[in-house]
Amino acid sequence: MLKPLIPDHLSLITVPALALILVAIFAQYLTPFDPYAQDLTRALTPPDSVNLLGTDRYGRDILSRVIIGSQTTILSALALLAVISIVGSLIGAVCGFKGGRVDTILMRTSDVFLAFPQMVFAIAAAGALGGGLFNAALALALIGWTKYARISRSLTLTIRKMPYIDAAKLAGTGSAGILINHVLPNIAGPILVTAALDIGTIIMELAGLSFLGLGAMPPTAEWGAMMNNGRSMLQTAPWVILSPGFAIFLTVAIFNLLGDKLRDVIDVRGNRN
Amino acid sequence: MFENILSVEEVSVAYGAKEIVHGVSFNLRRGEILAIVGESGSGKSTILKAINGLGGVVTDGQIFFDGREITNLDDNSRRKISGESIGMIFQNAGASFCPVRKIGAQIFESVAAHKNWTYAEFESRAGVIMKNINLDAKILNEYPFKLSGGMAQRAGILAATILNPKLLLADEPTSALDTITQVSVVKELLKLRERQNISIVIVTHHIGVAAYMADKILVLRDGRQIEVGTKEQIFKAPQEIYTRELIKAAA
Repeated sequence: MLKPLIPDHLSLITVPALALILVAIFAQYLTPFDPYAQDLTRALTPPDSVNLLGTDRYGRDILSRVIIGSQTTILSALALLAVISIVGSLIGAVCGFKGGRVDTILMRTSDVFLAFPQMVFAIAAAGALGGGLFNAALALALIGWTKYARISRSLTLTIRKMPYIDAAKLAGTGSAGILINHVLPNIAGPILVTAALDIGTIIMELAGLSFLGLGAMPPTAEWGAMMNNGRSMLQTAPWVILSPGFAIFLTVAIFNLLGDKLRDVIDVRGNRN
Repeated sequence: MFENILSVEEVSVAYGAKEIVHGVSFNLRRGEILAIVGESGSGKSTILKAINGLGGVVTDGQIFFDGREITNLDDNSRRKISGESIGMIFQNAGASFCPVRKIGAQIFESVAAHKNWTYAEFESRAGVIMKNINLDAKILNEYPFKLSGGMAQRAGILAATILNPKLLLADEPTSALDTITQVSVVKELLKLRERQNISIVIVTHHIGVAAYMADKILVLRDGRQIEVGTKEQIFKAPQEIYTRELIKAAA
């Protein structure tokens, strides 16, 4: 009977999602071997009782690398998401609340970004910025904020007309106070849902850029980059590419399910049954 | 004692190019209650909005509050008198509280915009008012959705009067309530006037409410002032056909 312990039906999917985040945070302490230690005598060993997921071409333990890679992949995706959702929502809320010229300038800017296919733009930007995980994240951030700006702007436009905003104005609260105390808390729910549904996408995109060589640089353990390393050995040593691939698949699936559940719980309008 | 707290002189209000209210005038003294009555769309609420600066532009005439002109005041000067000197009660009090924050925190926020009270100080002052208006002090720690219509309206009265304003604007404060709660809210407003000598402008389409609590009545139709006078004048000897019709319709 798990039900009384965990709020509502969020329960089942929050457990693996939280576990993944915890693994990512404490990755250093969970790896059975040093993920960067090379042992060429054991290069490309298939999974056995010592190296549970086998080793790569430098004899590095793949399980350890997948675990430490979760830190790079999951934590940087979450950090990136936090930045774009907060910055984007703030920009959108200010646009919706202030209107006028500020609104026009910022929204037309976001239109320009939205005119490009997201991944193509990110590849071009990451290429121009010159690779590296930070630059890859920056490239994704450049285009990622627009979505949150649009959502929060339209939510703010609705909220701006609510009686409690008038009430706050009449109570003598200034624009900044209204924005922080009344608008942001009310748009937080839908933004959170959007962000939760976005975690999987961001992980895929970051890993995608790394796979293309535009993200994490060797020897950093990152799932996308690890898959790229194993690409040429797909037929001879499939475990090299399958382990990080499966890690991405599992992580993205878990976070997508979490996002779905979160939407059902928070977003009343999304209650289709 | 007899000075005018609010003077509205030949005021016209427009939204964009459309003029909604045309040349309305009335005076309100300290402790007086004026009811603005009329059918829906007659511009009743627009007059209140022009007084508290929530919408519309005064295209003609002047509004004076406590001897000072407040016609089309800029946001900063408006903020100083809003809440502290002029309180507002909304038709849907529940919706006038932000849904995601506790009642106490919200009212305290408006207090903090004007005074340096600590939260404890605010609680004790709110406690006195709440006792007077039969409101459980516990609701300060509740979210708005937990309040019934009557409780929300009382919480609205608390929010509007905590800073002891000189003028209270009430936009259909009883319309969303059942009859029994309506009566109790009207009584609370009357007691408030007795205790604090507060002036009230109440907008209502409920002639009974106007007859019960107002000293003066302003009859409005299509944004024009049909008649203004004391309650006795309006009810005993209405000068205009429309006023008679309105009273008859209510009876």
